[in-house]
Amino acid sequence: MSQLQTASPLPAQQASRTLLDVSGVTLRYKTETSLVTATERVSFDVAASDRFVLLGPSGCGKSTLLKGVGGYLRPSEGQIRIKGHEVTEPGADRMMVFQEFDQLLPWQTVLENVMFPLVVARKLTRRAARERALAYIEKVQLGKFADSYTHTLSGGMKQRVAIARGMAMEPDILLMDEPFASLDALTRRQMQDELLRLWDETRFTVLFVTHSIAEAIRIGSRILLLSPHPGRVKAEVRDVEGVSFEDGSAARLEKEIHDLLFAEPRLDG
Amino acid sequence: MAETSHGARIIMAPPAISATTLPVELELRAVERLWSHAFLRKSLLLILLGVFWQVYARVLDNSLLFPTLGETLASLWENVRNGTLPLRTWTSLRVLFIGYAAGIAVAATLTVLAIGTRVGTDFLETMTAMFNPLPAIALLPLALIWFGLGTGSLVFVLIHSVTWAVALNTHSGFLGVSRTLRMVGRNYGLKGLGYVRRILVPAAFASILTGLKIGWAFAWRTLIAAELVFGVSSGKGGLGWYVFENRVLLDIPAVFAGLLTVIVIGLVVENVVFRSIEQRTVRRWGLQG
Repeated sequence: MSQLQTASPLPAQQASRTLLDVSGVTLRYKTETSLVTATERVSFDVAASDRFVLLGPSGCGKSTLLKGVGGYLRPSEGQIRIKGHEVTEPGADRMMVFQEFDQLLPWQTVLENVMFPLVVARKLTRRAARERALAYIEKVQLGKFADSYTHTLSGGMKQRVAIARGMAMEPDILLMDEPFASLDALTRRQMQDELLRLWDETRFTVLFVTHSIAEAIRIGSRILLLSPHPGRVKAEVRDVEGVSFEDGSAARLEKEIHDLLFAEPRLDG
Repeated sequence: MAETSHGARIIMAPPAISATTLPVELELRAVERLWSHAFLRKSLLLILLGVFWQVYARVLDNSLLFPTLGETLASLWENVRNGTLPLRTWTSLRVLFIGYAAGIAVAATLTVLAIGTRVGTDFLETMTAMFNPLPAIALLPLALIWFGLGTGSLVFVLIHSVTWAVALNTHSGFLGVSRTLRMVGRNYGLKGLGYVRRILVPAAFASILTGLKIGWAFAWRTLIAAELVFGVSSGKGGLGWYVFENRVLLDIPAVFAGLLTVIVIGLVVENVVFRSIEQRTVRRWGLQG
C-alpha cells in the first residue's frame, strides 16, 4: 500500500543514494508586467532509479521547477544539487523530454537526432554514437524509421524518438515535462506502458511532470503533490508501485490525492 | 468470449468481399500526367510568347526598334561563338560573386552580434530599417568618389544590396526558432557560435534561404544597372556595359541578346541553383510545403 504523508516540512533524509537534492528552492520569473513567484521554498530529493513525479494543478510551478532542475532558471533562494554539484546551467547530464512535438531537430533523421547529442555533448565517435543510437531506437521500436525525417512521424513516434534520445545519453536523470500531454488518449496509455517497460530494462532515474493524477499513479514510484499560487509542497506519496489498477486501490488513491489537491486551504493544517 | 464480465457485446464485421470495380490507385492518362508538370506548361507558354514575338516583329519590320526573335538568337549565337558574350558574362559574375560573398559575410557578422547582445539587436534593427529602403544603386555616385571607377565601387554597392536583405531575413528567422528547440540546443551544452551553427542556422534555414534569394535578385539587378552607368574597368566591362555599348552602336539585336542573357542567368540561378538547395534542405526537412 502506498503511504501518504501530509508533510511540511518533509523529513530531510540525506541518504547517500540521493541523486538530486532540491532544498528550499524559490523560483521567480519575469513577465512583461510583473515578477511571478512560481515556487516557494520547495524541497525534495530524488534517489537513483526513482520515478519521481511532480503533480499539481496548473500554476503550481511544476514545469518551472523542472526547468530549474534543467538549469534554465536560477533559484532566487535555495539550492538544486545533482550528485552534490550545484546546478548552474543546462547540461547533458540532465536530458529533457518536452511536451512539444517540435523538440526534434527537423533537419536530422531519427538516427541523427539520437546521435547528435552523443557526438556533440558526450564526445563519442560517430561510429560509437551510431551503434548506441540504433540500440535505443530499437528499444522504442522505431528501428524501421531510423532514416526517416521527423516531419513524417506521428506525434507518438516523435515522443518515442525524444525519449530514445534522452535515454541514449544515459544521463544522471531524465527530465520529462508532460511528455504525453499532447497525445491522444490511446497513444498516451501505450506510451505510459512503454515508458514503464523501458524503466524495467534500464532502471533510469526520471523526474516526471504531469497534471494528471492517473498518469502520476501509473508512472511514478514517488509523487510530490504541489499546491498552486505559489507552488508549495503539499505532500509526498511513497511506494506508489504497491497500488494496483485491478483491485481498485489505484482509484482510491486517485480519489484521495484529488481530495487533497483540491481541498480548501488551511483545512489540513 | 461469453464469460466476459462487462456484459457489453462485440459484433465483428463480416470479412471483406473481393475487390470492387475501382482499384485503390488508378493511373491518370498520359496527357493529364504531362499537364500536371508546371515545367511543361510554362515551356508551352514560352514557345507561344516566342511565336508572338517573331510574328509581331515581322509585321513591324524595323530591326532598329524591335528585332525578331530569329535575329536576336542569331546575334546571341554569333556573340557566344566569338567569345564576347561569355567573357562579358564572366566579368559580371565574378564581380557578383565577390560582392555577394562579402555581403553575406557582413550580414552573418551583424546577425551573430545581434543574437548575442541586445545592443547588437538594436544596431541591426536600426541599420536594416535605415538602409533596406535605400536602393543600392543610389550609393553608386558616392562609391565612385570613394573607390574610383572599377570593381571596388561595384563590390561596395553589391554588398549594400545583399547585406540588409540577408541580415533582415536571417535575424527574423533566428527570432522565429521555437523556444523548445532553443532549450534542446542548450540542453546539449551548446553555446556561442556552436549553438548558432548547429541549432539556429539549420532551424532558421527556410528564412535564411529566402534572404539569400532576395539578396541574389537585388545584387543581380544592382550590378547590371551599375554596369549600365559605367562598366569599363581595365578595358572590359560586364553584361550591363555590353547592352549599353551595343545600344550606342545601334546593334539592337545584340542589345536584345544581352538582355536575354541577363534573364537566362537570373532564371538559371533561381530555378536550378536555389531550387536544388531548397529540395535538399527545407523541403526534405518538411519546413516548407
